[in-house]
Amino acid sequence: MTAVSFRARTIATWAMALALLMTMSAPLALAAGAQEASPETDLAGLEGEISYDGSSTVGPITEAVAEEFNAEAENVEVAGDISGTGGGFERFCAGETDIQNASREIAEDETAACAENGVDYYVFEIAYDGITVVVNEANTDVTCLTVDEIASLWRAEEPAQTFADVNPNLPDETVNLYGPGEASGTFDFFNEAVLGEGDPREDYTPSEDDNVIVEAVGGDENGLGYFGYAYYAENEDTLNAVEIDSGNGCVAPSSETIRDGSYAPLSRPLYLYVKAESMERPEVQEFARFYIANAGTLAEEIGFVASPDAVYAEDAAKVESAVAGEAEPDGPAGEATPEA
Amino acid sequence: MSVEATIGGTSVVAAEPASNLRGREVRARIMSVVLFLGTIVALVALGVLLWTVIARGWDWIRPGLFTDPPSRRPENSGVGPAILGTFYVILLTAAFAFPVGILGAIYLEEYAPQNWWTRLLRINISNLAGVPSIVYGLLGLGIFVEFFGFGRSLIAGGLALGLLILPIVIIASQEALRAVPPSLREAGYGLGATKWQVTRSHVLPAAMPGILTGTILALSTGIGETAPLLVTGAASFLTSNPDSIFDRYSVLPVLIYGWSSRPQAEFQELAAAAIMIMLAVLLVLNLTAIVLRRRVSRRLRW
Repeated sequence: MTAVSFRARTIATWAMALALLMTMSAPLALAAGAQEASPETDLAGLEGEISYDGSSTVGPITEAVAEEFNAEAENVEVAGDISGTGGGFERFCAGETDIQNASREIAEDETAACAENGVDYYVFEIAYDGITVVVNEANTDVTCLTVDEIASLWRAEEPAQTFADVNPNLPDETVNLYGPGEASGTFDFFNEAVLGEGDPREDYTPSEDDNVIVEAVGGDENGLGYFGYAYYAENEDTLNAVEIDSGNGCVAPSSETIRDGSYAPLSRPLYLYVKAESMERPEVQEFARFYIANAGTLAEEIGFVASPDAVYAEDAAKVESAVAGEAEPDGPAGEATPEA
Repeated sequence: MSVEATIGGTSVVAAEPASNLRGREVRARIMSVVLFLGTIVALVALGVLLWTVIARGWDWIRPGLFTDPPSRRPENSGVGPAILGTFYVILLTAAFAFPVGILGAIYLEEYAPQNWWTRLLRINISNLAGVPSIVYGLLGLGIFVEFFGFGRSLIAGGLALGLLILPIVIIASQEALRAVPPSLREAGYGLGATKWQVTRSHVLPAAMPGILTGTILALSTGIGETAPLLVTGAASFLTSNPDSIFDRYSVLPVLIYGWSSRPQAEFQELAAAAIMIMLAVLLVLNLTAIVLRRRVSRRLRW
């Protein structure tokens, strides 16, 4: 065969391959274009890009808000990552993201990083979560634990090895512990609430994926673990939630006890940190407004607990004064503590 | 001892070959079972995986799943932006790794002098093929995202994946070039053709089926990688399709990972459905490899 005819055939083959790839992607592009049915609102004219990162607990709430927001502001692109609260703050304080999802307040070293890079921010409380301590459904002995008893299980110094070590009335069975890893805001909040300044033990089975903890405790009669309330609510058939006694009797986690704060000390507020510089962009302003207006409803829908209306009213007022350029950023220089 | 005993008694001598034969037959049968089990283990694992994925995800397959963006309601959720992102990443990766890989392979096979320097290059390329994928991701983050200022974008992810599969493409292309008989080259030189003419018109076309197969298989390993894409900008949540190569994007593996860690069982089933789509994409890629190979090699006549 001659070189020329071969080249022609090679080109034909490649054209075929390219055509194949294009036919595969063309219907997608068409369908994606077709689904845009625009309701005429003032949001529709907005353009821009909003990026967020942070907590895997808060992530789904922000995703839900972004989904609803995009239904109206269809030209605003919202791109989100889930690196954990700690991993997200690293990027936020480097100035890489507009919004940070946080399942705990910003830590001191993170505030310092933000200050160093000149990243000012506003803090909004958006919902409540209750960290739930769970045991296997077959475990009917462990129904209620005091905060001290939980601390005896999770502290680094002479931790309890059996349920009997925790409380002599409980069976003499070795406890197998499962919990979130160090990058998790849940891990940080739990340790601070239960252990205070003390170090957490390291000889437990950690996982960044809460479903792994669900599976592990669900399959281990002597297992004990903790994670966000939503993971318990979806798995009540294989797990028992342990009631918590913080001095006022045993309280089981539920929407009501988490909202009114009686499920203590494991009720925690969830936060949204917004970079002050980004707050000057109209798409971020509208997104923040939209977020505060819908956070309660959407959070409930996903399995969290809405904050009291007063909190949202305060958040909304803060958004408005920030938009008007009247509010001082909440940090890192000013007081970084939002109303809990 | 046993030899003497065999010589001593005729009955023993007569029995020996028979029992030996039976023993060998038994051993042969055992081995065939063991070998069969070896094959089956891989297939059973694959079968169980496929079965659990299909059983969990089948009910969630609907037309909208392929086009819709992800949603908080599993029944409205889709993989639209992720599937498109995956295809774009494949295209960019191929556009980078295929030509560069072939150039490198041609140099190493046809042009490079056989000395210690070439051998060092070869060894290093083989080593690069074994470097963990996250290392390429961090490399991509440093070079493409930050140094070149592409940001977290399609082009950064595509190039990072391209670097990841480049050594595999080079090695596969080298093998294919090496398999071309030297007589073909000698005939070309005998007619006065230059090295480049021989390579372009004869060696490369003859090696093309092998090169294509190797490249496409490398691509299909590449798109399963999550780590390099996570650090170069694959978003776990994205409502819109990317409209330029400098845009943020989403890919199937990242979306699958995100869904599987949700508390709701529905999202985990949705993840299974997305895995089925991912497997289908891989199947299409591998089919393309087979079809291309057959088409190109059927036209080869020496």
